Amino acid sequence: MSAENAAGTPPLLDVKNLSVRYPLRSGVVEAVRGVSFVLGRERLGIVGESGSGKSQTGRAILGLTPQPGIVAADRLRFDGIDLLSLPPREMRRLRGRRISMVMQDPKYSLNPVMTVGAQIVEACRVQKLAGGRAAKDRALDMLAAVKIDDPRRVFGLYPHELSGGMGQRAMIAMMLVGEPDLLIADEPTSALDVTIQLEVLKILDELVATRGMGLVFISHDLRLVASFCDRVLVMYGGRIVEEVAAARLGEAGHPYTRGLLGSAPRLSGSVHPLPVLERDPAWLA
Amino acid sequence: MAVPTPPAAQHDRGLPAPPAGLKAWLTSPAPASRTQARLGRFYRGWRGFVRNPAAMAGFVIVLLLLVVAASADLIATHSPTVAGDLRTERLLPPGGEFWLGTDDQARDIWSRIVHGSRVTLVVVLLVSVISMPVGLAVGTVSGYAGGVVDAVLMRITDIFLAFPRLVLALAFVAALGPGIENAIIAIAITAWPPYARLARAEALQLRGADFIAAAKLQGASPLRIVAVHIVPMCMPSVIVRVTLDMAGVILIAAGLGFLGLGAQPPQPEWGAMVASGRRFLIDQWWVAAMPGAAIFIVSLGFNLLGDGLRDVLDPKAAER
Repeated sequence: MSAENAAGTPPLLDVKNLSVRYPLRSGVVEAVRGVSFVLGRERLGIVGESGSGKSQTGRAILGLTPQPGIVAADRLRFDGIDLLSLPPREMRRLRGRRISMVMQDPKYSLNPVMTVGAQIVEACRVQKLAGGRAAKDRALDMLAAVKIDDPRRVFGLYPHELSGGMGQRAMIAMMLVGEPDLLIADEPTSALDVTIQLEVLKILDELVATRGMGLVFISHDLRLVASFCDRVLVMYGGRIVEEVAAARLGEAGHPYTRGLLGSAPRLSGSVHPLPVLERDPAWLA
Repeated sequence: MAVPTPPAAQHDRGLPAPPAGLKAWLTSPAPASRTQARLGRFYRGWRGFVRNPAAMAGFVIVLLLLVVAASADLIATHSPTVAGDLRTERLLPPGGEFWLGTDDQARDIWSRIVHGSRVTLVVVLLVSVISMPVGLAVGTVSGYAGGVVDAVLMRITDIFLAFPRLVLALAFVAALGPGIENAIIAIAITAWPPYARLARAEALQLRGADFIAAAKLQGASPLRIVAVHIVPMCMPSVIVRVTLDMAGVILIAAGLGFLGLGAQPPQPEWGAMVASGRRFLIDQWWVAAMPGAAIFIVSLGFNLLGDGLRDVLDPKAAER
C-alpha cells in the first residue's frame, strides 16, 4: 500500500471500520458499513453509484453527518488526531484550516447575498488567518491562483453573476484559502459543463500538487477518477468492494467494477444489447 | 453604435453610448455598466410603484408626515402646550385664527396635531428599531438551532401571541407605569413575536442549504453562521412585515394614549387628544374629530405604503 509510511509518521488520514447509520422511523439505514482506508499525501478517488455511501464517507470524516446519523469507527484519525472524540470547538478549528471540502454545485454552495470576495474574506476571518486589508489581499491572491483573469472584478460579483465554472473556481478558492492538508472534493465537477470540467480539474490538480495536499476525490465518473487519481476505491452499498491503482483499473477483478467499466459508452462500434450492471446481494454480506 | 454621446453617459468609462435622454438611458435593455443596470432596476421598481395610485397616496401621506414632523416649529401657528385665554379662546370652532379650533385648555388643535406627529413618528421608529432585532434574533436562533432551543423559544413566542396586542401592551404599561417611553417599550414587547415566526420559517429553509454547510466546513461557529449568513437572508421579508405593522403600532400607541397610559399631558399625543375631546363630542365635535382624522389618515398612509412596497419588493407578486 502506498500510504504505508516508512518513516513511522502517522498517515494523513486513517480510517478503520467506519460506519454511518441513520435510525429512522422505518428502520435503521446503514449508509456506510465498515469502510477502511489509509491516505497519505496523495490523490484518492472514491467511485460508486448513487447511494453507495461515498458522500457520506466524506461528510463523516468532517464530522458533518446530518441528524440523526450515527458515526462509529474503530479508528478515525487525521494526522494522529482522533476525530471521533474531538470536542466540537476543536473540530471547528480543524475544519477549513486543516481539512476542507469542495461541494458539488456552486449555485447552492455559495451564499447568494454575499459577494464572492466577501465570502472568501469571511473564510479568512473565521479561520483567524487575517482580517481587513490582509484578508482582502489574500482573497485576491487566491482568486488569481484559481486562474480567474480579473480577480478584482470577480471579488465584487455576486454568485448569480458567475458562470458555473467560475463559481466552482471561487468555491475552490474559498475552501483552499486556509491552506488545508486534506481536501475532500465531493463531485466537484458534476454540475459543470464537460468542457469546463477538465479546466476546473486541472486547476484543482495543480493546487493539490503544488501545496502537497492529500485529496479525496468523490465521483461517479470512473474514467475521470482513473485519469486524475493515484488510487481508486470502488464502493457499493456502503462497502468498499475493490481498491485498485488507477493505472491498473483495466485489470480490476471485482465483477462490480468490471460491470461499471463495461457500462461506459464507447465511441467505436456499437454494443448490443447495452450492458446492464449486475448486483449480487452476496457483495453486501 | 455610432450615436453621439449624450452628457449623461460620459462618466460611463467610454462604453457604447445610450440613446439620448435619461429615461431611455435608464430603460436601456443593454445596460453598459453595473451602475446603469442597478439604476435601471430601481427606476423600473419606482415606475411600478408610481403606477399604483394607492401606494403613491400612501407614499405622499407618509412623506407629508415626515415634512410636518421635521418642520413642526415653522408650521405650527401657536404653542402646542401653552394655553391661550381661558375665558375667550376655549373650545372655539375651526376658523381663521385657530384653523382647526381650540380645545378645552384653549390650545390650538392644529399646532397640537402638528407637534403630535413627532410623537407618533418617534413611537413608530423606536418600536421598529427595538422589536425587529429582537424578533430576528429569536427567530433565526430558534430556526437554526432546532430541538430544545427551538421548542422553548417558540413556546415563549406562542405565549406572547396568545394575547391580543393592545391588552398585553396595556398590562405592560400598567406594570411599568404610564408614560410615552414605557408605552414604546410595551408596544415593542408585544410586536416582536410575528417577526420571530417569520424569521424562523426562513431560517428553517436555509438551515439545510449548501452554503450553510460550506460555512460550517470553514469552521464557522453556529453563532457566526446565524449572524453572517442567516440574518441577512431573513431581513427583506421581516422589513416588509415591519412596514405593514407600522399602522398597527400607531393605532396601539393612540389606544394607549386614549386610555391615559401613553403620553402624559400636556404632551400633544393624538390618542390622548381624542380622549380629552370625548367629553365635548356632541357640542364641540372638532376637539376629538381632528386628532382622530390625523390618526386615521396616517395609519391608512402607512398601510397603503406597506402594501405598495411589498408589491415592488416581491418579484413573485409583481409578475401577476
